[in-house]
Amino acid sequence: MTTMTMAKALNAGLRRAMEDDPKVLVMGEDVGTLGGVFRITDGLQKDFGDDRVIDTPLAEAGIVGTAVGLAMRGYRPVVEIQFDGFVYPAYDQIVCQVAKMHFRSQGRTKIPMVIRIPFGGGIGAVEHHSESPEAQFVHTPGLKVVACSNPADAYTMLQQAIASDDPVVFLEPKRLYYSAKAEVDEAATPPPLWRSHVVRPGTDVTLVGYGPTVSTCLDVAEVAAEEGRSIEVIDLRTLSPLDLGPVLESVRRTGRLVVVHEAHVTLGIGAEIAARVSEECFHSLEAPVLRVGGYDTPYPPSRIEEAWLPDLDRVLEAVDRTFGF
Amino acid sequence: MSDPVFGPAPDLDADPELVQLLTPEGERVHHPGFDLDFTPEQVRGFYRDMTLVRRLDIEATALQRHGELGLWVQSLGQEAAQIGAGRALLPQDYVFPTYREHGVAWCRGIDPVQLLSMYRGVDHGGWDPAEHNFNLYTVVIGAQTLHATGYAMGVQRDGAVGTGDPTRDTAVVAHFGDGASSQGDVSEAFVFAASYNAPVVFFCQNNQWAISEPIERQSRIPLYRRSQGFGFPGVRVDGNDVLATYSVMQAALRHAREGQGPILVEAFTYRMGAHTTTDDPTRYRHADDVERWRLKDPITRVEAHLRRAGLAEDAFFEEVAAEADELGERMRRECQALPDPDPRNVFALVHAEQTAELAAQQASYDAHVASFEEVHG
Repeated sequence: MTTMTMAKALNAGLRRAMEDDPKVLVMGEDVGTLGGVFRITDGLQKDFGDDRVIDTPLAEAGIVGTAVGLAMRGYRPVVEIQFDGFVYPAYDQIVCQVAKMHFRSQGRTKIPMVIRIPFGGGIGAVEHHSESPEAQFVHTPGLKVVACSNPADAYTMLQQAIASDDPVVFLEPKRLYYSAKAEVDEAATPPPLWRSHVVRPGTDVTLVGYGPTVSTCLDVAEVAAEEGRSIEVIDLRTLSPLDLGPVLESVRRTGRLVVVHEAHVTLGIGAEIAARVSEECFHSLEAPVLRVGGYDTPYPPSRIEEAWLPDLDRVLEAVDRTFGF
Repeated sequence: MSDPVFGPAPDLDADPELVQLLTPEGERVHHPGFDLDFTPEQVRGFYRDMTLVRRLDIEATALQRHGELGLWVQSLGQEAAQIGAGRALLPQDYVFPTYREHGVAWCRGIDPVQLLSMYRGVDHGGWDPAEHNFNLYTVVIGAQTLHATGYAMGVQRDGAVGTGDPTRDTAVVAHFGDGASSQGDVSEAFVFAASYNAPVVFFCQNNQWAISEPIERQSRIPLYRRSQGFGFPGVRVDGNDVLATYSVMQAALRHAREGQGPILVEAFTYRMGAHTTTDDPTRYRHADDVERWRLKDPITRVEAHLRRAGLAEDAFFEEVAAEADELGERMRRECQALPDPDPRNVFALVHAEQTAELAAQQASYDAHVASFEEVHG
């Protein structure tokens, strides 16, 4: 049992995966000598060498494209995209090649690649460093997409993603890299990767989040409890495939659902969940499914980002609205 | 032209070197750097390869005109570039083609009918890449050059470069065209290959056209010189000369296998047909241009050389022609027999590990299909 920040947990998870399988490689800009701009890969090149921890040229399409070739040669590349907003040069390789290779080859060519992306805002950054592009990847058949919300999950989910024979987009909430600290039991049996999780039980309203919004939802549940409302909080963990079993079971009890994500509310994951829940739980719903997300503007300058991001008050407001129908 | 501040511009008019061992008239010439002794068997083999691959291409074009294929991408005119590049490979070398490398596929043991299935719409690629060390065709322009470079980086990590073991040392080939040379992925592949000294041969068939855009639209400088800007050697070979292409390719592959790093080979050739069967080249190029290149045909020069040097007679050419007829007939027959896939099977092909979501979608598709049987009995 060790207390770890999320950054340390990711580092430990990568280290473990690399010790367990000599085919696991880490590659990306600044991941080697520097240990990554967030230090997630700190110390790995010293211990595993520069053949396995690869500092790449500054070219995201090149990084993902060569990772495809390495995967075809039998390696398991863990690619780091330095910031969410810079995944776009690699988008063609991700959507047209990584995602489609298994289908194109009728299963003969597997791409066991992990694409790690620090995502989300709240870090006072300049443009393009606070994006939440996950819906675009969930909308791409062939990719699997997960998001960790806490250090223990970061430690196990990253290893499980690396062990998967499918390509996984692995989203890391960068605002929590150093602020989230928790006990990580490195010896514990990890929960399955492709499962969502009830992180706080409740009876009156279901709140669903992932990545950085899970702790926001937990804060909302604390405040609501003081006001006599019992909120059940679910961490989605896996975005593609979605594991909505716990959400459906919860909504059938509470009748009320609010989904919270930093991504723009239009066509975000909340929209897909709302569609499925309305289909599966139509007669259980006391109110329409509500979504609290980023506004449909590009991410704002950081001095006003806290007004733009879904916060405690906006979520509480949405919870209140579910009682107004 | 010399700029007073920036100095001399790259010499765009300098006569590009063109490695050639067999002239368009079929005369055997020699080159200081790339000459080889070819056995009569080898040269007859090249003739046979090119003739059969041309027949494959003509037959597939006809099949498309008859509605048996939705599309065909013609390799007509590029036989020497592809047979030369293909026959120089060792079994362990790995090839990343575009979507036009029917001659290289031939050399890698892929049956011509397996090339047809994706153009018929039966699948997205009809062979097992691992069985032939030949990737499926890549339709996104230039994307495969990065895959090839990454594969070569994997070869390095496997210790399969520069060992001296001729069965182990491995080179990787990235095919691409003159149009693709403008794509960012290709430049990035050059960057990565140079940075890591990867054992990859970039083989560019400059067939002068990217659909309707001539090479002049893509590059101001002869393409083989582009690699110098990235830090590795480039060479231009007469892409209609199978002997020269084979020789240059063999040297390039050896260079890579020995650990000397990447090479760019520009095979200077011509796309005698259309870009694909949906294209109409009469809208953008002159018949005179095509006729000029017909005088440089890759197959007639080999036939001329074989006959003049007494290496083959009528019987040989008739035998090959008969073989081509047989190939054509078999392709027609087997193309029409290619089975359509069952739509319900696509759901299980998306992932290595199936998801409950896709299994549920497959079930809903099954129910939808079954509902018709219920109604109509």
